[in-house]
Amino acid sequence: MDQSTPTTGQPAADETVDAPTSDRVLGAPLVELKHVNKHFGALHVLQDIDLTIHKGEVLVVIGPSGSGKSTLCRAINRLETIDDGSIAVDGKTLPEEGKALAQLRAEVGMVFQSFNLFAHKTVLDNVTLGPRKVRGMNKKDAEELARSLLDRVGVGNQAGKMPAQLSGGQQQRVAIARALAMQPKVMLFDEPTSALDPEMVNEVLDAMVALAEEGMTMIVVTHEMGFARKAAHRVVFMADGQIVEEAPPEEFFTAPKSDRARDFLSKILTH
Amino acid sequence: MNDYLSGLGALLEQYDVLGAFWTNIQLTFWGALFALVIGTMLALMRISPIASLRWAGATYVNVFRNTPLTIIMTFLVLAVWTQLQVSLAADFNSNFFRLAVIGLAVYHAAFVCESIRSGVNTVPLGQAEAARAIGLSFLPAAQLVILPQAFRGAIAPLGNTLIALLKNSTVAAAASVSWETASTMKTMLEFNADYRWEIFALFAIGYVILVIPIGLLTTWLSQRLAVKR
Ligand SMILES: Nc1ncnc2c1ncn2[C@@H]1O[C@H](COP(=O)(O)OP(=O)(O)OP(=O)(O)O)[C@@H](O)[C@H]1O
Ligand SMILES: [Mg+2]
Repeated sequence: MDQSTPTTGQPAADETVDAPTSDRVLGAPLVELKHVNKHFGALHVLQDIDLTIHKGEVLVVIGPSGSGKSTLCRAINRLETIDDGSIAVDGKTLPEEGKALAQLRAEVGMVFQSFNLFAHKTVLDNVTLGPRKVRGMNKKDAEELARSLLDRVGVGNQAGKMPAQLSGGQQQRVAIARALAMQPKVMLFDEPTSALDPEMVNEVLDAMVALAEEGMTMIVVTHEMGFARKAAHRVVFMADGQIVEEAPPEEFFTAPKSDRARDFLSKILTH
Repeated sequence: MNDYLSGLGALLEQYDVLGAFWTNIQLTFWGALFALVIGTMLALMRISPIASLRWAGATYVNVFRNTPLTIIMTFLVLAVWTQLQVSLAADFNSNFFRLAVIGLAVYHAAFVCESIRSGVNTVPLGQAEAARAIGLSFLPAAQLVILPQAFRGAIAPLGNTLIALLKNSTVAAAASVSWETASTMKTMLEFNADYRWEIFALFAIGYVILVIPIGLLTTWLSQRLAVKR
């Protein structure tokens, strides 16, 4: 029997628009940041950020330390408040607090640099917690879903272990499965491989590339150029809280326009 | 020598020392149970995102932690019961006992709250962020992710609070629970001054026997249940 695997999240033909900086056909706007400003005390960490991520788009955010990449990610998930401007996910502006915000967060998957798996729960329970307690899924269905996701990221045989018994790469893949279990509309990754030993970086990146190929909308803060080249539609370069430059990955890495980007790339390339 | 031993034997027959200890154990049990419930709610208030709840929790802790237990007990008996006529049970003794449990609970709840809060501090911030990121709001995140880890990190200070509570249960004397250990010892000393050292040793050793296992148990538990990160 011929089973063509359907790619999830592939935009329907009638709602596609051309993303200006991408050569690929992408869906309607999914995450929209308009005039977003954020201060930490006197420090202006996000300066009038305008950014739209389309359905099915993979966006890589790159930039020097302290440029506001994490803050940007965290603001999209409302782990960080913003001073003014607006952030909308799938047309809905992020609410201030409470139930509505929790609902919206459930639709935005987040993968942290330090994995943040629930340390007192098994791998399986880490993945089933959200579906059961937020989505109200019954135990059996949640475990079925969790096992299939754990298999998908290649850690299905670790389901009964505690997070501390896993390697960093395995933990991060569990974290990806945990986020996917909420069936999010968009996934945020904040330097998902920078806390890993070098030999574990690829297993996590492979899982992310597979996810991108299935059509998941992704915002990825990373300095992994291989990943950006392979999976990203667009690279956004941030410095000092501003978006300095954005371009398709090839163009950005081979011919950066701004001095800041050139300078930054020369630093990460010489290492 | 024989006189000495039979005198001591008569003393133990005359006074229900075991019953007195049993009273303190019961006071401790109920006091600890309610203190745990109140203390957990206070800890939730103190870590909640709502400023007024945080303020109320902090105020409670500062008031009760800094008020002597004897003052609280005396107030309960002389103001709440005698004057406000708030009665918790039909017979006198049960009523005094319940007032004493309330006094012990509201006082030690402040310490339980701070123990749990110290446990919360052992839980990395990323745990709460991950919980919020999958769509859990404050209470479910606290119940499912933060508190289970916080309690495991708080076993040692909670054990110390329990030990303090057991010893402080003798302050129930101030709430007219006259059949507990300290009151019983006082009566025994008054009428049997010849045996003063023996009587003191009896009660002191009794408490040592009760307290040491609690300490051993909490040390063992806190190691066994420690969250591996
Ligand atoms: N909670 C906070 N309080 C105060 N300042 C903060 C806080 N979080 C971040 N900052 C500051 O805001 C700026 C932007 O931080 P952010 O973490 O977004 O940078 P980043 O681009 O992710 O850097 P890195 O590559 O090091 O992760 C930095 O100067 C940082 O020191
Ligand atoms: Mg960062």
